[in-house]
Amino acid sequence: MVQITFVEPSGSSTELNVPEGWSLMQAAVTNGVDGIVAECGGSCVCATCHVYVDPERLAEVLPPSEDEIELLDGVKAERRPNSRLSCQIKATPELAGLTITIPECQT
Amino acid sequence: MTQSDPHIVIVGAGQAGLQAAETLRSNAFDGRITLLGNEPHPPYHRPPLSKAWLTDELNPGQLSIRDVSVLERKNIDFRAGVRVSAIDIEDRSVLLHGGDRLAYTGLMLATGATPRRLPHNGAAGDAIRVLRSREDADRIALGLKDCAERELPLIVIGGGFIGLEIAASARKLGIAVTVLEAAPRLLERAFTRELSDWYAQLHLSHGAHLVFDARIASIDATSDGATTIQLADGRSFVAGLAVAGIGVRPNDELAQAAGIACDNGILVDDCGCTSAPNIVAAGDCTVRRLSDGTLLRLESVQNAVEQGRAAALALLGTRKPFVATPWFWSDQYDIKLQIAGLSRGADSHVVRGDMTGHSFSIFHFRAGRLIAVDSINAAKDHMLARQIIGGEVSPTVEQVNDPSFNLATLRAK
Repeated sequence: MVQITFVEPSGSSTELNVPEGWSLMQAAVTNGVDGIVAECGGSCVCATCHVYVDPERLAEVLPPSEDEIELLDGVKAERRPNSRLSCQIKATPELAGLTITIPECQT
Repeated sequence: MTQSDPHIVIVGAGQAGLQAAETLRSNAFDGRITLLGNEPHPPYHRPPLSKAWLTDELNPGQLSIRDVSVLERKNIDFRAGVRVSAIDIEDRSVLLHGGDRLAYTGLMLATGATPRRLPHNGAAGDAIRVLRSREDADRIALGLKDCAERELPLIVIGGGFIGLEIAASARKLGIAVTVLEAAPRLLERAFTRELSDWYAQLHLSHGAHLVFDARIASIDATSDGATTIQLADGRSFVAGLAVAGIGVRPNDELAQAAGIACDNGILVDDCGCTSAPNIVAAGDCTVRRLSDGTLLRLESVQNAVEQGRAAALALLGTRKPFVATPWFWSDQYDIKLQIAGLSRGADSHVVRGDMTGHSFSIFHFRAGRLIAVDSINAAKDHMLARQIIGGEVSPTVEQVNDPSFNLATLRAK
């Protein structure tokens, strides 16, 4: 299990123990974390699971694929250097303690 | 409880039903919510069933949309394995199999759709699998294992999205695949000829066999568990597993029996309202009457989610029409297709990018306006299309034809 903290648009935060290999989107959505829509269920086609990764630890997360970069161009909320699609970040032990912030809107 | 205590009953616990329940809660509805699912599972993602689920890349927890504890926390009374046998509009209640009656103040129908079956009865007909539920997918996965062990092929009947996705999954597993398509090309109604040909080439390059103009004459189950499919032209195919993906029928029987207006689906307006008071519907079971009077039936996650939300709001008295550009996707092999808009009625098509490569888009125009874009490994085009289609400014055919023109300049602000 990898401990990840999700900060919801309301500002409240939820700590989840995410099984290794699960995407952060899957963990957030199945546990009812607010603000992630994930309409496509993790196929990297909809850009509705946009999150901001703790900028301090951005380098520890595997970089986005070409597909993801293109989808990030279409996110509704402000795109920042630490913008990622949470369906494309898999929980690995190195990410333990990571904080993920969810933007105001997805669609 | 008195009759007037607010109680919203949702029939169907797929994407649309779940979305509706959560929309009610997030919009301050504090009455009872009962979410009735006829399957034994809490709400789960159907799209992976033809893909990662078949290739064993997902576990059940990952297939689930919400953990049951989340539904409990939101005070949504989810009941699995419950079938509704009738709606009593006069009495404002639904009758459950087994005889229980649930009174409602608002009712939402999100009953989904049922795969069409071939008109072959008996053992041979039963041997042809369809894919809708997790159980269907599990049976297909077992059948694929059997194919692999016995070195028998998978026969897919119908070269539509679901059939082609299953075909691609089977090829990933190293199983021989033949697709039997009744039309002269793949996805005839959804694709232009050039895109149909491109997808045919894709499947051929991965070793699948494609048979067009295939008219099935007979299906026979052999004693060893294989299935023989005979075509009208005399060709015959032996399958370790046969799966049909030949479309769906919306589940509108309950609504019809209750006298709610239906026309190959439960008729709804752009807010999900049906012809009956306090009854809304959303998702695959619906057919939408557009403002120009034409009927539109969409089978997609987006439709289920957006309609589910609009329908829930309508039950709360808020009309917030679902008008977003329709979109859809299909993953086959390493190819990601994303479709934005509806290409029916298009009178011209422009390819942007290189069809000999693996990233391009086909732009569909009607009367000079962009109405749809099919993107192949071109997510950027897709996202832009969703923002541009239906907006005030449409790119011209010339602009799309010009590789140096930046479509992003047309994005609706």
